[in-house]
Amino acid sequence: MIAHAIFFYTFSIIAVVSAIMVTASKNTVHSVFFLILDFISISCLFIMIGAEFLGMIMLIVYVGAVAVLFLFVVMMLNVAQQKNQWFAGQATSKHIPVGLIISTLIFFEIIIVIGGWKYKPEIFDINNSPANTSVSNTHSLGQILYTDYIHVFQISGMILLVAMIGAIVLTFRQRSGLKRQSYIKQISRERAEGVEVLEVQSNKGVKIDD
Amino acid sequence: MEYLSIVFQEVYKILFLLVPVLVSVAMIVWLDRRVWAFVQKRQGPNVVGPFGLLQSLADALKYIFKEIIIPSSSNKVIFILAPIVTMTLALIAWAVIPFSATHVLADINVGILYLFAVSSLGVYGIIMGGWASNSKYPFLGAIRSAAQMVSYEVSIGVIIINVLLCVGSLNLNDIVIAQQNMWFVIPLFPMFVIFFISALAETNRPPFDLPEAEAELVAGYQTEYSGMMYAMFWLGEYANILLMCAMGAILFLGGWMSPIDVYPFTLVPGAVWLILKILLLFILFALVKAIVPRYRYDQLMRLGWKVFLPLSLIWVVLTASYLFYFNLLPVN
Repeated sequence: MIAHAIFFYTFSIIAVVSAIMVTASKNTVHSVFFLILDFISISCLFIMIGAEFLGMIMLIVYVGAVAVLFLFVVMMLNVAQQKNQWFAGQATSKHIPVGLIISTLIFFEIIIVIGGWKYKPEIFDINNSPANTSVSNTHSLGQILYTDYIHVFQISGMILLVAMIGAIVLTFRQRSGLKRQSYIKQISRERAEGVEVLEVQSNKGVKIDD
Repeated sequence: MEYLSIVFQEVYKILFLLVPVLVSVAMIVWLDRRVWAFVQKRQGPNVVGPFGLLQSLADALKYIFKEIIIPSSSNKVIFILAPIVTMTLALIAWAVIPFSATHVLADINVGILYLFAVSSLGVYGIIMGGWASNSKYPFLGAIRSAAQMVSYEVSIGVIIINVLLCVGSLNLNDIVIAQQNMWFVIPLFPMFVIFFISALAETNRPPFDLPEAEAELVAGYQTEYSGMMYAMFWLGEYANILLMCAMGAILFLGGWMSPIDVYPFTLVPGAVWLILKILLLFILFALVKAIVPRYRYDQLMRLGWKVFLPLSLIWVVLTASYLFYFNLLPVN
């Protein structure tokens, strides 16, 4: 039990400190790396409470794909030199009030959620129906997602697909005058249409028509 | 005291796993160069030790005694972290590989997801190294590599779903045992081919070695690295290749199971079969390196997104419909 506590506190301290460092570090790329560290330690916490499937999916989706894209964008935009204004002592930053409003909102939401858990435990007894311990949590998750919540699950998938297609449509531009390489054309070229053997007469040369 | 003995037991187990992995990485580099040389009618490394077996050891010694140069304009912390990340990620994945029904360091429920997660984290070592070097060639190599690895991971993930549909469990031992009657390479042969090619792309092997294409990018993300740090990148890369071979052996070639279930073959321990299968896949990797020219970058992306992804998705639908129609879906 004590080993469990030690691991729990280690991961949570890393998670909280790296979450603070995401906003506090001056280099944007460092921020993304701290975000990745945060994701990793949170997935460790998931695994510690026995939700190994969620932990692994967190690693694969957030760390393996989303954070790579984040890093990609941050590096490509060359904002690495841009300093984070928050701790630079510049009072005129316009983002601070907005950030404060959002963080207060999130704070109250957390209070409502945790407060409900504290004062009305019977609400959560319905939602947290005891997990079936005879099957692994991947199986039980699948049994819930694909039976009771199948429509919600499918609709959320469709929404993601629509968002993806929307992003592609918004950024797609049909440009003219571009030289395109057609893969089919390139590999279906035969020797006969590319090479021509000519009889060259001495002192006359060859005229190649273009 | 009780805790200590448990900890020591685990440390022994880990050492017993990692030391052979590291030694075989060194041997596999030699094998790679030998196969490559034989295809091109050369001798390859054959001077140090019998058949040149100690060549990798000599190379490692050379790397250890070279000076480590850290570029003054680099981001030093991340520059040093990058090879460590690559090496660590390549080694921790071996924890879940089953060498027989009982010889596995961590027999976890979500073994295949763990393998997939760790191999998808591998891209960070390369991105960190390329960005922290603060130089053009490494950065270009890192960006190419990030795009390439993310694209091919998608098709590997879908191929894994194909296998999981036939198994009904994410545990690696269950996946091996499910192949008792027939290896998955037979019913899922097209998926095996796509997995093999995607594994080549995922580990940046030729013909997909664009991140370190020496003709255009010097050495890609490792250009600024020297000495032991370069050697660590190199070790991590080969450990990753071995890991991909092990993954292919477990998913499609029956893992530690003997190919024929008759008396003299069943006596051979499972680890030997797994190692033989890994070697077979690795020799295929080495042969591909020797015979195939490098891909153009747009063709690489086309292959990943427009050919492999739709094909493996269609195959998921096919496998699922087949299993559903003939009522073969694994239920437990």
